[in-house]
Amino acid sequence: MSTELLTDITVFVLALLVGFEVISKVPATLHTPLMSAANSIHGIILAGAMLIAVTANNALGYILAFVAAAFAAMNVVGGYVVTGRMLKMFRRTRTPVSAPDTPAAVNGQSSGGRA
Amino acid sequence: MNTFDWVTQLLYVSSAVCFVLGLHLMNSPASARRGNQVSTAGMALAIATTLALVVHAGTITATGWAVMIAGTLVGSGAGLYMARTVQMTAMPQLVSLFNAVGGGAAALVAINDYVRLAGANAGVPEVTTITTILDVLIGAVTFSGSIIAAGKLQGLINGAPVTFPGSRAVNIGAAVAGVGGGIYMIATPSVPVMIIIILAALTFGVTMVMPIGGADMPVVISLLNAFTGTAVAMAGFVIGNWALIIAGALVGASGSILTKLMADAMNRSLSNIMIGGFGTGDSAPAAVGPGGDVRSVQADDAAIQLAYAQKVIIVPGYGLAAAQAQHQVAELAALLEERGIEVSYAIHPVAGRMPGHMNVLLAEANVPYPQLKEMEEINPEFPRADVALVIGANDVTNPAARRPGTAISGMPILDVDQAKSIIVIKRSMGHGYAGIDNELYFDPKTSMLFADAKSALTDLIASVKTLVG
Repeated sequence: MSTELLTDITVFVLALLVGFEVISKVPATLHTPLMSAANSIHGIILAGAMLIAVTANNALGYILAFVAAAFAAMNVVGGYVVTGRMLKMFRRTRTPVSAPDTPAAVNGQSSGGRA
Repeated sequence: MNTFDWVTQLLYVSSAVCFVLGLHLMNSPASARRGNQVSTAGMALAIATTLALVVHAGTITATGWAVMIAGTLVGSGAGLYMARTVQMTAMPQLVSLFNAVGGGAAALVAINDYVRLAGANAGVPEVTTITTILDVLIGAVTFSGSIIAAGKLQGLINGAPVTFPGSRAVNIGAAVAGVGGGIYMIATPSVPVMIIIILAALTFGVTMVMPIGGADMPVVISLLNAFTGTAVAMAGFVIGNWALIIAGALVGASGSILTKLMADAMNRSLSNIMIGGFGTGDSAPAAVGPGGDVRSVQADDAAIQLAYAQKVIIVPGYGLAAAQAQHQVAELAALLEERGIEVSYAIHPVAGRMPGHMNVLLAEANVPYPQLKEMEEINPEFPRADVALVIGANDVTNPAARRPGTAISGMPILDVDQAKSIIVIKRSMGHGYAGIDNELYFDPKTSMLFADAKSALTDLIASVKTLVG
């Protein structure tokens, strides 16, 4: 057992506790954006995927690096954009531009909120 | 440790601080957007730091650069496209898909590290083997399980619990092969055995999610979210990176909390859900003759009732979203508000296909978030409500849950029956997920408006406009 592992475990456990503390205060109204935000945070695996590329020097390494980078980048970019798009829709007051007849107006931009 | 290592570690810690602050700011809808920005900034910092590490290491080949950049661009493009085009009703599928790729990437990171170390003369340290096995097992289960979950939510795979003869045996066999292979690997490092446990874990993910019904999806997605977080944390252990460990732990905590909340809201234990549901809330319920005295009402009468109320509570369920009628609800509510009627929405924790899904759907339909009330908050208000309008919700309004001895006994419900009068919009007297009669429908205060949610709401809007406009 190395000191490094011990430190890693300490960091892991403390981060778990912080996570429980912070997340238990999120209201149910925001649980979907919360999950989506947590989703983007685990996109940090992109850092791991990039580090694969550092040591890759054969076909297998390159393939793993490519797939891992693609997966992780999709996770991180998609996660943050969609979370932002959802949160933009949460407004304190009704905006005058209510267009109930065109519910499918979500194609373009991150302007799904029509703020 | 040299200066460069110090600086990069500190930058990683800073990005972890941003993640925690970002999640903290999500404690209110007013600050949540800023939270997402803070979290994004943390992520940008972590990626930039890693880029500096890659350059500093200096061992990356030209092909390595090309592969890394191409992969990132392809993934970013796909993620961006999906994030911008997805319908809010399809959010659970998207989150599930992001769980899949996150878990998959985490497994790949560990696989790569293991193959590299196994090829070197020094061999694989035991600690690395253990964390690699955990990462590969959890990551691969998450990958295949989340893809199946997304397929079910999208309707590509039968949403009902799917089992085949021997599916339980395959499931147990895969679990045994995965764990057994893992133990063997600790004793004798071996790449072929790792491939076996990858396949076993992928199989296990499929057989784990296939038997779970559509209405249990909020629990499954939350659980897979927790798995992905854990897999990422394990990847952090494997490559010795704190940013991954902390971020993974945060997601693990978030997923676990949501899993527990969802299971509690359904009054079912996690093991009960994982072993297989007793049906699915998805399929159109067969029309069953009313068993008891049910009062049916026309849209005109219901509209008058609503228009002359002082306080209306709307109780939306998944059926509302399935009928894509959230915009009509919002329009009706706006109309009532113009008449000075107090309108709020009572949202049960499991309304929708993922935690909090209904809130997003209503927010998209331009409903101000102060009107969206959680169960604990709204329940004391029902006795003061003149009309409770139930649309597409069933089991979560059934007073039978308060008595012991029914299929839903003990499940937390919305106290709709306490309202002064109740209007239920429903296609038929069909049963909900639990497959039992809803006693609310036989309450003398209840009137049933038999129609599809969307057309009923359109009629109500028209009636309110013409009758009292």
